[in-house]
Amino acid sequence: MEVEILFFAQARDLVGRASLRLEVPPGLRLAEVVETIAAQHPALRPALASMRFAINEEFATVQQRVVAGDRIAFLPPVSGG
Amino acid sequence: MIRVDVREQPLNVAALQAEVGRAGAGAVLSFVGTVRNDKGGRRVLHIDYDAYVPMARRILQSIAADVARRWPTCAVVIEHRVGHVEVGQASVVIALSTPHRADGFAALRHAIEALKRDAPIWKREYFEDGSVWVQEGS
Repeated sequence: MEVEILFFAQARDLVGRASLRLEVPPGLRLAEVVETIAAQHPALRPALASMRFAINEEFATVQQRVVAGDRIAFLPPVSGG
Repeated sequence: MIRVDVREQPLNVAALQAEVGRAGAGAVLSFVGTVRNDKGGRRVLHIDYDAYVPMARRILQSIAADVARRWPTCAVVIEHRVGHVEVGQASVVIALSTPHRADGFAALRHAIEALKRDAPIWKREYFEDGSVWVQEGS
């Protein structure tokens, strides 16, 4: 199944792109999607400990399962306001 | 009334304050986050805000709705700017009105703290010798 990965701020700088599409097995947990991305983009690893994630524009825990068409966002520590 | 927006255009602070005025509101309060010219002794030239815009709109909407649930607010408006913002310009405005001021102060503080904690918006500060993504707490 295909999911879309979105990168913001420092994450976008580290990966070098704002988004990519990823083919993953069905039933995967967010943690495994994150690990797949980190393996492809090792520069992201040091930033993962402070990263939050969203699935379809809602904060998500890494235990949640993803489904086809999900938009997964890598969110570095925020600094709005 | 609740309204939120995330936008590139400059924020009209006076208009937002006027928008939340109500006949039953004895208190109209606003927080205006403004770009400062200094960061730890270094001169800030300008700021660039990055945002996950659709999610930021959702988060601001949920913050405004939460405030309206917890306090007897008459109206709440939250607008955050994205893109290039100059020193002295407003990056965020939260304006709200309540019958009495105690609730207004509490609601306003809660709203800005929640925004700073959860809004998927990132600030990049530009100095004479480079730029840096702001880390939380700084």
